Amino acid sequence: MAIDPTQVKRFAHGSRVPGWDEAADLTKDPAVVPDPATTPVPEHIRAAIEAQMVKYPDVRSAAIPALHIVQREHGWCSPTAIEQAACVLRLTPAYLTAVATFYDMFSTTPKGRHDVFVCTNISCSLRGADEIYDRMLTAAGDDPGFHVKAFECLGACDIAPMASVDGEYVGPLDLADCDRIVDDVKAGREVLPDKQLKRRPKAETYWNR
Amino acid sequence: MSQQLLYENIDDPGLATLDGYSKAGGYEMLRRALSMDAADVLQEMLDSGVRGRGGAGFAMGKKMSFIPRGSMDKYLVCNADESEPGTFKDRELMQKNPHLLIEGIIIGAYAIGANRSFIFIRGEYQHQADVLDAAVAEARAAGYLGEDILGSDHTIDLVVHRGAGAYICGEETALLDSLEGKRGNPRLKPPFPAVQGLYRGPTLINNVETLMNVPLILRMGGAKFAEIGTQTSTGTKVVSVSGNVRRPGNYEIVLGVPSREIIYDLAGGPEEGRSIKCWFPGGSSAPVLPGTDEYLDVPYDFDSMAKAGSMLGSGAIIVVDDSNSIVDVAYKTAYFYRHESCGKCTPCREGTNWTVKMLERVKSGEATPMDLDIMASVQEQIIGNCLCVLGDAMAMPIGSMINHFRDEFEAHIEAARERNGLGAAIPQVNRGRNAGPYPMAAPAGVDPTAAVV
Repeated sequence: MAIDPTQVKRFAHGSRVPGWDEAADLTKDPAVVPDPATTPVPEHIRAAIEAQMVKYPDVRSAAIPALHIVQREHGWCSPTAIEQAACVLRLTPAYLTAVATFYDMFSTTPKGRHDVFVCTNISCSLRGADEIYDRMLTAAGDDPGFHVKAFECLGACDIAPMASVDGEYVGPLDLADCDRIVDDVKAGREVLPDKQLKRRPKAETYWNR
Repeated sequence: MSQQLLYENIDDPGLATLDGYSKAGGYEMLRRALSMDAADVLQEMLDSGVRGRGGAGFAMGKKMSFIPRGSMDKYLVCNADESEPGTFKDRELMQKNPHLLIEGIIIGAYAIGANRSFIFIRGEYQHQADVLDAAVAEARAAGYLGEDILGSDHTIDLVVHRGAGAYICGEETALLDSLEGKRGNPRLKPPFPAVQGLYRGPTLINNVETLMNVPLILRMGGAKFAEIGTQTSTGTKVVSVSGNVRRPGNYEIVLGVPSREIIYDLAGGPEEGRSIKCWFPGGSSAPVLPGTDEYLDVPYDFDSMAKAGSMLGSGAIIVVDDSNSIVDVAYKTAYFYRHESCGKCTPCREGTNWTVKMLERVKSGEATPMDLDIMASVQEQIIGNCLCVLGDAMAMPIGSMINHFRDEFEAHIEAARERNGLGAAIPQVNRGRNAGPYPMAAPAGVDPTAAVV
């Protein structure tokens, strides 16, 4: 049978890149380096970023640490957050936005406060990570406090399938653990204390115990 | 059974603190190095023949000797951006023995005359970065870092820099760009980082495990170290075994042991009743090898792996058992590289993207066996045509999967077509060496002049 060309699947997101039809405002000039006199930057953010700047021969190197700082403060790399970092670093917001969009750990759209990164790469998916990810999405539901994301290899294939909950590596997970993660985070407890990677001894000891 | 250098005492309580590390003889080698000539330290590294543990397997001593002499600003960067799927050795090493890494960095920096050093650790390793931060603070307070360390005239500073989640930053020039605060795009080589790297100064970039070997080499002497392992792959290697094995984890082996010993004896082999379909010998970037005796008996060292048609890479073995479809494994692999391609070079950006799309067609049953030929030719055109090897890192495993498991791909296509009611694929006439820009002959029984329905 012949394949109907109108039925052939195209890009997952349509045949155009998202945003192609959103016109830029050509009447506006590109944002310049924010003026410290008119840009309010909280004192503790300024101090934290400046502490990073002195570590490097070139202040530009502090761009990624600075974005980490403002993202922690604001919950995501909002335009305000980027402007504050740009003001302290004396860089343009456009430069920092370009950097922020490159890296997976920065979000330029609003996200939940608690990051749950579920590894879905090869080693984890061989051990059922895709089901864990689906269950995690259901467990978190539409709670705005959670940011559940399928992540590429997190470097903990020995505890596959695993997830990183606010930076804490836990695994190997089974389906019931997903609900426990949500409960633990909501209650502000330590996440799955019995399954934390940092408490695990080396493989030889672990398997011969 | 096997000799262990890095892993023997790694779980000793308190090893991560300066007290515990000093009791175990820590920082003695730094004192010895400072009493030696920098050139002699370098000579020990050359004698040891230790090869880089990050993936490329380049001799570390040789890499060090490329750094020019002179008093310009030189840098040492430790590559702790361990993102290769299946690799998790550096994570455990850094977390449990951070001072050994710091000592290795200081000795390495002394040997090449660098005054500034950085540890570029991936942003996801938050606990490990905290451990390193604490260890660096301890070392600084004890006078191992800073100006004129231990009464010598050598000054060395160490900064722990956290990345933000990008596989490409494990590539050395992309890492340098990222460390300079830019998007992590690889640079054109030459100039190599040894000539012009970080902030345009000569830069030595080494993996965590490589640098951790430095104090050990100095302790036992380069020539003695070279006696461990095989002639061209010296020393021990931490191997991360993961996937469908019973005891996944990090195991330290002497280079040159048969791969079967690692997979079956140390990691327990596949589950009961399962057999190995294929395995990645060195992370997901290495071409896969089938789980047959011929390949399982290959010694696990750099050259034997290369001879067997794969590579040792970062020393991460991912075992895939026969319950998995090779199409799913190929799709996961390709999807990862599409996601992580930085987009600078066209063959990689487009090649990874189109490979994923073709594999989606294979999964959904829209593909014909000719798509496999196209896919294979895409892989060929990526290899060697980009600034860095990220594209190659997808092309090699995908190409090898099509090579070794073509029958399974074709069976999968047929089954998926059947499922979707598309009927059998049109018999292939332009297959194999005839595939390419030649006019396609009409299949038997098809009238090419008939109107397309």
